[in-house]
Amino acid sequence: MTKVIDVPPSLDDQSFEQVFEALAPLPPDEKILIDARRTRWASPYGLTALLTVAQTRLQKPALAIPESDDTATYWARTQFFHFAADLYEISGKIPRARSTEDLNVLLPVTPVAKTEDIHRVVDKIQNKAQAMLIGGLHLEPSATMRFTMALSEICQNVIEHAGRGGWVAVHAYRWQKRLGRKVVVISVCDAGIGFRQSLESAHGPRATDRWDDGMALEETVMRGATRFRDPGRGQGLAGVRKFIHDWTGKFSVRSGTARIAIVPEWDGDVPMRENLPFFPGAQVQITIPEKVVP
Amino acid sequence: MINRIDVSSVLRTSVCDLYSNLVTRPTGAMVRLGIEHQLDEIGDRALTILDFSHVRLLDFSCADEIVAKLLLQYVSVDIPRREVYFVFYGMSESHMDAIETVLQRHSLALVSQLADGNPRLLGVIDDDQRLIWETMRQLGSAEPSEVASSAGVSAERAKQTLEDLWRRRLVIREDHVYVSLCGGSPGMTTDEFAATDHSPSQLS
Repeated sequence: MTKVIDVPPSLDDQSFEQVFEALAPLPPDEKILIDARRTRWASPYGLTALLTVAQTRLQKPALAIPESDDTATYWARTQFFHFAADLYEISGKIPRARSTEDLNVLLPVTPVAKTEDIHRVVDKIQNKAQAMLIGGLHLEPSATMRFTMALSEICQNVIEHAGRGGWVAVHAYRWQKRLGRKVVVISVCDAGIGFRQSLESAHGPRATDRWDDGMALEETVMRGATRFRDPGRGQGLAGVRKFIHDWTGKFSVRSGTARIAIVPEWDGDVPMRENLPFFPGAQVQITIPEKVVP
Repeated sequence: MINRIDVSSVLRTSVCDLYSNLVTRPTGAMVRLGIEHQLDEIGDRALTILDFSHVRLLDFSCADEIVAKLLLQYVSVDIPRREVYFVFYGMSESHMDAIETVLQRHSLALVSQLADGNPRLLGVIDDDQRLIWETMRQLGSAEPSEVASSAGVSAERAKQTLEDLWRRRLVIREDHVYVSLCGGSPGMTTDEFAATDHSPSQLS
């Protein structure tokens, strides 16, 4: 029997927890249908995480695509269906992506599996990011390079730590309800081994009362720990944290059963969530808000 | 011998002629190997200008592979690979972000020639080292007693600090004389430096 998993009408990093919750108790070989018919909007996190969900299933899952033409067309323009078609049995009519050139889609859904992919991502995003970060978010010109560096480092984490490929997407939109300003959002999701297992692969489980996904995230994201013994490792995430702080942005990483976040004043999130439904790999999101010009 | 290595060209010849950004560790490692290969061909003592002018983006991973791992081979107190000195040229503000971070991580320092022509020390440097390095920059070349007198420190302190700077490959040592990596006057470019009497004649 196929288990139906409802996708919320608005799919982002917060609401995706409903999907993880529905998936967690299911054995990986159980047939599932991801029902997105009523979904009207998805963030880059929602789209990339949907692809990773399919990667975790032993039996090819089914996907019912959004009924709203606007939504389905937007998903097509983000290239989501281009990759979903291989990972899902899709029901519903996939609209033709008339153009993939969309000002809001700074980077369409792009696979990250090897070094060449990162070069492609970096090359592709620079000009669009410059227009959006300086013109749209009113950041200083140097922000473009720093933004691209952050994107590069987060993508490299997938290649070096996940053990399998992941997905990246970068979109810009007005975040009316939560912030009332424009934002640029980077999302990088994989269904690999996750932060905890990556650290354990070199050091073994830590001898402490509390060694779990939450502590692994603290060690890696906040303290720069890494499975590599090379002292030069672990700088990437530290650098990303610095940029995020400079831009009053938000940075969150979900891995296994925990989620850690660097939370700016404008957001009501909590720095650490634990005992979440288990999902493999790591799901990273960076949100850069429009600068308030006095 | 003073030679110039265009890092962007090394990227295109060592990795891929379509790339213009220095990103990812494997790319950085390949570029470093390309630079080392060029250094292997220029003798046991050399001053090399690493030119970043045409590099668009340098991320932390690549900076660690290229800058930190390259320097670590030549500043080893025990058995340095060879006596090679570097001036980092044409670095942008965003390059500096990545490079400063990796220098801190490895307790390294380097000499950078900025777009305005002024040389600058980046990385981990104590007050004595900075004072003596700045004094050397003004003097161009000098013996320790002259440096001590100009800096207003004891001869012993000047001598010890100059030795520290030499081990870190931040000044050149030629017998009893020390030579600044950046020529004798502020604002001098590396090209001008190459044409001055301050350029280390014994390097070959």
